[in-house]
Amino acid sequence: MLMKGTYLGEFEEVVLLAVAIRSGDAYGAAVVTEIEQQMNRSVNLGAVHSALHRLAEKGLVTSELGGMTTERGGRRKRLYSVTAAGRRALEEIRQVRNQMWEAIPNTAWT
Amino acid sequence: MKANTRPPRWATRLLHVCCAPHLVDELEGDLDELFQQRVALIGLRKARWRYVRDVLSLLRPSLMKREPNTTYPNPAITTMLRNYLTIAFRNLAKNRVYSFINIFGLASGMAVAMLIGLWIYDELSFNKQFNKYDRLAKLWQFVKFDVEKASYDVMPIPLAQELRSKYPDFESVGLSVTRNVILAADDKKLMKLGNYVEPDFINMLSLNIVSGTRFGSNDVNSILLSESLANAMFGTDSPLNKLIKLDNKQSVKVAGVYEDFPANSTFNDVTFLVPWKFFAANEESAKRDLDQWDSNSYQIFAQLKPGADFGQVSAKIKDIRMKRDNPPGYKPEFFLHPMSKWHLYSDFKDGVNTGGIITFVWLFGFIGIIVLLLACINFMNLSTARSEKRAKEVGIRKSIGSLRSQLIVQFFSESLLMVMLAFMLGILFVQLTLPFFNQVAEKKLVILWANPLFWLTGLGFSLLTGFIAGSYPALYLSSFQPIKVLKGIMRTNRSATIPRRVLVGFQFTVSVTLIIGTIIVFRQIEHAKDRPVGYSRNGLIEIGMNAPELYGHYMALRNDLLNTGAVAAMSESSNSITVQYGGTTDISWKGKKTGTMPLIMSNYVTHDYGKTVGWQVKEGRDFSRDFTTDSASMILNEASVKLMGFQHPIGEIVRQSGREYKVVGVIKDIVKEDPFKPVNPSFFAVSYRNVNTINLRLAPQLSAHEALAKVEQVVKNYSPDSPFDYNFVDDQFSRKFGTEERIGRLAGGFAILAILISCLGLFGLASFMAEQRTKEIGIRKVLGASVFNVWRLLSKEFVFLIVIAFCLAAPIAYYVLSDWLQNYEYRTKLSWWIFAGSGLGALVVTLLTISFQSIKAALMNPVKSLRSD
Repeated sequence: MLMKGTYLGEFEEVVLLAVAIRSGDAYGAAVVTEIEQQMNRSVNLGAVHSALHRLAEKGLVTSELGGMTTERGGRRKRLYSVTAAGRRALEEIRQVRNQMWEAIPNTAWT
Repeated sequence: MKANTRPPRWATRLLHVCCAPHLVDELEGDLDELFQQRVALIGLRKARWRYVRDVLSLLRPSLMKREPNTTYPNPAITTMLRNYLTIAFRNLAKNRVYSFINIFGLASGMAVAMLIGLWIYDELSFNKQFNKYDRLAKLWQFVKFDVEKASYDVMPIPLAQELRSKYPDFESVGLSVTRNVILAADDKKLMKLGNYVEPDFINMLSLNIVSGTRFGSNDVNSILLSESLANAMFGTDSPLNKLIKLDNKQSVKVAGVYEDFPANSTFNDVTFLVPWKFFAANEESAKRDLDQWDSNSYQIFAQLKPGADFGQVSAKIKDIRMKRDNPPGYKPEFFLHPMSKWHLYSDFKDGVNTGGIITFVWLFGFIGIIVLLLACINFMNLSTARSEKRAKEVGIRKSIGSLRSQLIVQFFSESLLMVMLAFMLGILFVQLTLPFFNQVAEKKLVILWANPLFWLTGLGFSLLTGFIAGSYPALYLSSFQPIKVLKGIMRTNRSATIPRRVLVGFQFTVSVTLIIGTIIVFRQIEHAKDRPVGYSRNGLIEIGMNAPELYGHYMALRNDLLNTGAVAAMSESSNSITVQYGGTTDISWKGKKTGTMPLIMSNYVTHDYGKTVGWQVKEGRDFSRDFTTDSASMILNEASVKLMGFQHPIGEIVRQSGREYKVVGVIKDIVKEDPFKPVNPSFFAVSYRNVNTINLRLAPQLSAHEALAKVEQVVKNYSPDSPFDYNFVDDQFSRKFGTEERIGRLAGGFAILAILISCLGLFGLASFMAEQRTKEIGIRKVLGASVFNVWRLLSKEFVFLIVIAFCLAAPIAYYVLSDWLQNYEYRTKLSWWIFAGSGLGALVVTLLTISFQSIKAALMNPVKSLRSD
């Protein structure tokens, strides 16, 4: 179970998933593009960064500064990766969702 | 990237302003990357729009918060100050000797200045505790016996009533007379000093009554005791309403107890107060003088109404006596001496106030400033000399990035640190030396811990010294170019040492002046002490005849004393031989110039006086019982023979107070008064009633202790109720030199300190110079210089300075001291050898001080001094 105070919001969950998808090359802009492509909606960079921050504070992601490249005018990227705790959190959410799916009575759809 | 495909600049700038610095780089990178993608996907305009939206969305607290991390320090001003302090302490610890000399020297200078400051503060606050300080005055008069006007603070009794009734400027007027009195209660007997005063006196001084009540104008037989005397007499018992017998005669009742007069006030030795009416009723002389306008023996204190001016009132009362009938020939002029001037301005000469202790306040204030200045000069000299050593540090600091202003702060804080250490040490010194200083200066000084003025002056001065001493390294060294300093081509040119030499020269001028001054003061004292006094002080003691029982049986008392074997000779006299109590102008002789009123000192003695004190008869004979006519005989001293102009004084007739006396002898002058002044003309006549002092010559066979015990027994037989109180004439005589000896001791102390401080500074400078010239000395030695050569090289400069200092000091000292000696009519000569000796002494001390360093430098092995670089 997630501890109190480390509740994962919906957007945070999305960001966390994006980081997991892009694992190895997950930085702010990459996460934004990933979400936009996957969910087909526009996302603010600020929202993403803020979410990444919160996730880092909760210990669900870690970050390190990447090397300098020429592609961004020499500016460095902060690369995020999902921690073990982050992975557990995602799995738990997924499990809860599955449980809930299974609890839906068949009659509900008719 | 083309210019028109850029994101909006203002948005980027906004990001830089708002977001945390450590995140900006990565955020801008993301923004930029997204922007490029979007330009390709949705076109420039929309991409720019999204860019702005993204930037705005980034302006959220979590991204704006600055990083608390300390990877890159953000130093506060204190960080650098801490570094400066560390460096300062390291420098102190590294150069222990210099630090010691520097701080110790300054601390002792500060201590001297503080001591003198406390002393001056005490002198200036004398009598200030009295509430009516600025309205009180004492009556004085100028009288003219001869050529010059003399001044006295004793008045005739009726003057008090005259002032009270006829002069509205006076608010109150009080008679007072001071006496040593035997107080006896139960079995306690004490000889104490006290005043007989009119009740107004109590009001004037706002006497603080602790218990009981003050006496009023109708009380006669009552007494007020000071707290300390009440304690001494009655201990813890309440003294109120107890009876005390005065001089074994009348009894008085204790009416009250008052708080002791403050130590630094004129009345500090007054231990009790008795109503004037008691004195007027019991004292024979007072009864006689009650309406005598020409009998001046009593003090009058006055309090003026608010707004009245001392000078104007003095002018009004000046001629009170001369306007009355039968004005006396000595032409008295009364005047008021304000309380604010009693202590500091108490000397008069020919009708003009010539100062007094204020001279010493100035003198010591001056000396204090000089000593402090010497210490400061030392401090500055050493600090600046040392600081040159740190040129390299300046170079390195500058190349690392220190600004000049930072270096200035560094050197200032360093010298401030030193000064503060010195200040604390100075306070410690003062605390330790204060008891000793109090003894020498006869004061009760304490450090004014609670006085803000003290701290303000001390700290203000410390700041100033630190600022001045630090200004050279701070302003000069900080201007160095690092490249020159680090290459080592920085050379102090010779002109840089000139101020330092001037300062050392000044120090030595002061030191030599002080040495000469001290020698002269002590020679003057010795000169007066070695003066023939005209009698023998050896084993001579005196006993005051306070108790009435001692009068009236001279022969019996004398025989009893002689029979003990403890006494070689005994006599009685009017007053002690170390005091001249009074004189007379009612005296005439054959050939006296008409119109002159010379004052001749009068002395009454018994037949045995001459033999007891051992005076030297020059002509004629001593008094003798073999001549029944001796009750009308007179012995003159040399001074009066000279004044009277007798060629053959023996047999001359002198009329005094209506009686004729025949001169039977002439004695050599006896120094009874000021040993620095010529002896006044005096006469001696026989009297057994007009005496108050017993003179005793102790037998040399017995120890003084044994002899005194035997004498005490005899005196007790006659007067069992009075305490046995005696004085050695020798001690009394030495007290005449109290002021001079005090000046001598203090001047000597300060001279030693000044020399010590100068030597400390010299020692430091010499060692610094020797160190700076290590290489030069090494090369000289390699080339064949002897130890003597090197020693001479290093000493030459200082000897030159001493010679110049001496040339300056000698005339200054001569001028000041000959001026001082003018105060004394009997004075020592300013011999040339004193000056030469002082100069030579200073030279020897200097050479000794610097020789240690210069010989050390000269003995150094050149291999060692030349090995490095």
